[in-house]
Amino acid sequence: MTEEELHPDRVRTAAVRLTVNGVPHHVRVDTRATLLDTLRERLGLTGAKKGCDLGECGACTVLLGDRRVYACLALTVALDGAEITTVEGLAAGDEPHPLQRAFVEHEAAQCGYCVPGQLCSAVAVLADVRRGVPSAATADLTAPPRPDAAEIRERMSGNLCRCGCYCCFTAAITDAITDATTDATTDATTEAAR
Amino acid sequence: MRPFDYERPRRVEAALAAAEETPGAMYLGGGTNLVDLMRRGVLAPERLVDVTGLPCDRVDVADDGGLTIGAAVRIADLAAHWTVRRRYPALALAALRIGSGQIMNMATVAGNLLQRTRCPYFQDVTKPCNKREPGSGCPAREGEHRNLAIIGYSDACVATHASDLAVALLALDAAVLIEGVGGPRRVPIADLYLPPGDDPRRETVLAPADLITAIEVPAPSPTARSRYRKVTDRASFAFAVVSVAVALDLGEDGRAVRDCRIAFGGIAPRPWRAARAERELRGAEPVEGEFARAARAELASARPLRDNAFKLPLARNLLVRTLIELTE
Repeated sequence: MTEEELHPDRVRTAAVRLTVNGVPHHVRVDTRATLLDTLRERLGLTGAKKGCDLGECGACTVLLGDRRVYACLALTVALDGAEITTVEGLAAGDEPHPLQRAFVEHEAAQCGYCVPGQLCSAVAVLADVRRGVPSAATADLTAPPRPDAAEIRERMSGNLCRCGCYCCFTAAITDAITDATTDATTDATTEAAR
Repeated sequence: MRPFDYERPRRVEAALAAAEETPGAMYLGGGTNLVDLMRRGVLAPERLVDVTGLPCDRVDVADDGGLTIGAAVRIADLAAHWTVRRRYPALALAALRIGSGQIMNMATVAGNLLQRTRCPYFQDVTKPCNKREPGSGCPAREGEHRNLAIIGYSDACVATHASDLAVALLALDAAVLIEGVGGPRRVPIADLYLPPGDDPRRETVLAPADLITAIEVPAPSPTARSRYRKVTDRASFAFAVVSVAVALDLGEDGRAVRDCRIAFGGIAPRPWRAARAERELRGAEPVEGEFARAARAELASARPLRDNAFKLPLARNLLVRTLIELTE
């Protein structure tokens, strides 16, 4: 029997507003519910995976705003008003996210179980680099980071892959960062030319 | 997990009142350690008081360059802060070695200081552990202790403290600001942690409802340099096997150690201030021989367990290398 069935009087619940992939939801949750369980069991979004449920594997990674978090360690009750993006929300309609495209180009998946977490994590790495956030592998902490493959591996260390597909993830993310940097430079050049 | 009440107050007074009202209430930061321990059944708070809604989420830089770091600042924001990166490299380097990118986005500064040991027996409720249940015994003494303490432990507990930040903050002479029943107080980080003694349950001088609201870091001397180095079993996303933070001031001419503060992580039940090594080094010539002498003096009282004797030369060498780096 579950705790709820054994002691229905003891279970505490709370009403929480969440926006997930742009869609507003009102849910009443057990205060013990993690974001991962709410996404999967209540909202039917099974993209984020329950790998370890200990905050060690990264398969549950989702975006809170534009930052990545482990959905298995986040209590839903603490996220009232939050904006969440899961792997289901990365594409713009039928148009895949540039990182999804890069993952396909580099065949960055074997069994694929960790890929939703890898993708959400990689999207946040791009946002972090754009914001100038350093990592433990940033050579000069006093300058904006320009991540190479070694630094991308460091930034992605919170996402494990049992199949060992790391080289393909790193190559795909390197491409996406190069494209994003080129786009930004082109934008800046176009802006300057005006 | 046992059911619990949850609230997210906006004012420090309201958080204190909520925590005082319910015995067994706990403060929740990012939850990266607490939620895990609740799920494992190690902790079962009646009530969670979430501190991330409190106005303790800023890093303020004083006119003299000193820092006041809000207790609920996320590790990622501390690590990315420009002043921290430019003027407090030991602190930035320690923050950047915490967990993974996801953990850094969730975990808070005070939560990092108050996290619990990763000793496998503490985290497993099917095993005895004096830190969970005083008097139940310590299987780590004869069991799995490769990554546990070599110094400063007691008969009751050989766990290691897991915080990276606390080690850097010790070397930077930081203090924590605490709000509690008796009003606000300021405790140097060197006095925050208690030795394990007979009752290793109690790890800090904090009373149950005491709330850390900020960490103060004094401005370093213009000629001081600092560094944090951490040895781990894998390159990233791992707890320290041994870590060291050093703040070294060689003055203008660089001919002698004017001042230094040193702390170790991963070797003791609390972040380990290397006061003996500091005394040996003050006034000494900044050369490898002196550094090695100070490191040996500090670790002379270490008593490694059966499977962790490797930590002793590792800690010694790590300190010497870090000091050499700071003089280059």
